[in-house]
Amino acid sequence: MTAATQTSTSLARRIRSHALRMTHAAKASHIGSCFSMADILAVLYGGVLRFDPSRPDWPERDRFIQSKGHAAAILYAALAETGFFPADWLSTYSCDGSRLGGHVTGHGVPGIELSSGSLGHGLSVACGMSLALRADKKASRVFTLLSDGECDEGSIWEAALFAGHHRLDNLVAIIDYNKIQSFGSVANVLDLEPFADKWRAAKWSVVEIDGHNHDALHKNIGHMPLEAGKPSVIIAHTIKGKGVSFMEGQLAWHYKSANDEQLAQALTEING
Amino acid sequence: MRTAFIKSLMSLAERDPRVWLLTGDLGYSVLEPFAARFPERYMNMGVAEQNMAGTAAGLALSGKKVFTYSIANFAVTRCLEQIRNDICYHNADVTIVATGGGLTYGTQGYTHHGIEDIGFTRLLPNISVVVPADGYEVDLAMGSISGRSGPSYLRLARGGEPVIHTKPIDQSLFGRALMIRPASDVAILSTGSILGEAVAAADRLTAEGIKTGVYSVPVIQPFDAETVAALARQCSLLVSVEEHVTQGGLGSAVAEVLSGLDNPHARLERAGVVHGISPNAGSHAYLRQLHKLDANSLVERIRKISNLSAKRSVKIK
Repeated sequence: MTAATQTSTSLARRIRSHALRMTHAAKASHIGSCFSMADILAVLYGGVLRFDPSRPDWPERDRFIQSKGHAAAILYAALAETGFFPADWLSTYSCDGSRLGGHVTGHGVPGIELSSGSLGHGLSVACGMSLALRADKKASRVFTLLSDGECDEGSIWEAALFAGHHRLDNLVAIIDYNKIQSFGSVANVLDLEPFADKWRAAKWSVVEIDGHNHDALHKNIGHMPLEAGKPSVIIAHTIKGKGVSFMEGQLAWHYKSANDEQLAQALTEING
Repeated sequence: MRTAFIKSLMSLAERDPRVWLLTGDLGYSVLEPFAARFPERYMNMGVAEQNMAGTAAGLALSGKKVFTYSIANFAVTRCLEQIRNDICYHNADVTIVATGGGLTYGTQGYTHHGIEDIGFTRLLPNISVVVPADGYEVDLAMGSISGRSGPSYLRLARGGEPVIHTKPIDQSLFGRALMIRPASDVAILSTGSILGEAVAAADRLTAEGIKTGVYSVPVIQPFDAETVAALARQCSLLVSVEEHVTQGGLGSAVAEVLSGLDNPHARLERAGVVHGISPNAGSHAYLRQLHKLDANSLVERIRKISNLSAKRSVKIK
């Protein structure tokens, strides 16, 4: 295991634990969605993204837009773990009057580039940031994390055509392809396959990886763009609820929060 | 009006390197000078308004001052959620420019009639909603937009509308209802390029002895409640005139002000577009008559109410 992988694996464990506690305390949903993207987020914040938590608006930073805004708990956890704000904020998640809203909310929360929640918005905003950075000759990159279900939205494909046409090679889309959307499997609700081909057809460079394999994540996300002159898309094959045996692959954990007993068991599984 | 806009935008872009213009593949014979002069800050987004609005937000959140351009429904309605969440909620410096506001694209049919856009936009946070009546009001709007940061909606007509103001409007008057004819018994509050009809109607009514003033209200949000309240106290009848459905636009904004006033205050008559009566095709002038927004119809409407008021006071007590 490389040092980078050790760092991100440890971070993934911590943010999974936080998100579990947060959703348990708030009786909030979307823990399954948090867990499918936890390793991707840990690799991004544990080594790939360039940022300075003491200067969230540092102009040279990489931008990260979490378009799947429903998995907010895990993003807040990653930002707290990397020093953007105190970890004790996390206990206020979804509480009355809290800054940490149930969907990703950046107002008053350092480190969040875009408030999201309605699906299909992040890729377009990422295109705008990518254009601006290119025009300003900045080396910063724009990463955006999409859910598979949100690729049902037409706006995603408007943005995909646009980014490919304009060769936005400072733009990276990562898709958390956990194969489950809110009312069933992606294959049954609205099949995305052949998924990689759709992105290739829109002039993107595509790679498919195991979204829980930290070595693979570092190797791929750490070296962007995949191809000069093209935007990059990482189709990360993931498992909803990854890391907790009774949550894995279960649609119900899009909605449920752990009870006390489940919390204890889940924490044991996560922390080994 | 569109010419005044592009002229003003180009002058702003010369001074301010942050200015970008995005179009949803519309603006033929209008936007070319900008595209030629600032190719690196001009982008045809294709027929993809959701992506245009989101991209505009991303550019603005990266320090640019962005203008998006399309026909009213495509600029606003198609991508309303991107405008709501990505632009307005983030207080992003994006001006949504709509051409063909109101019934200007009359013959093109309902899909092209921008008649609910003021309502849609004025509900949103942080936004300034501006509906100029002529080129001078476009300059007034652009003067404000150039000096402020945050979302704006600039609703243009198409061109060829009468120029009502006689000279540039002082920038300090941005946000105010602008007096065109002094109010007396009756005051017409008009927004957008329908102003010419309102002025013609007022002049005829005044000549008949029904003293009618006219205010142009280019800024619907934030609304000049102060002037409207003062007029409501002074006059017996206020008439709102707009190329927009009577719900949600200028008439509603006036009604909201009146609802907070103690009696007595003026009665409000709302003239606007009525859903469901437009035929599939009809010229701009024809549709104005159909919706009783032309000068003749306004004269008749106000005359009728005033005749009633001669018999009994029309003012709400």
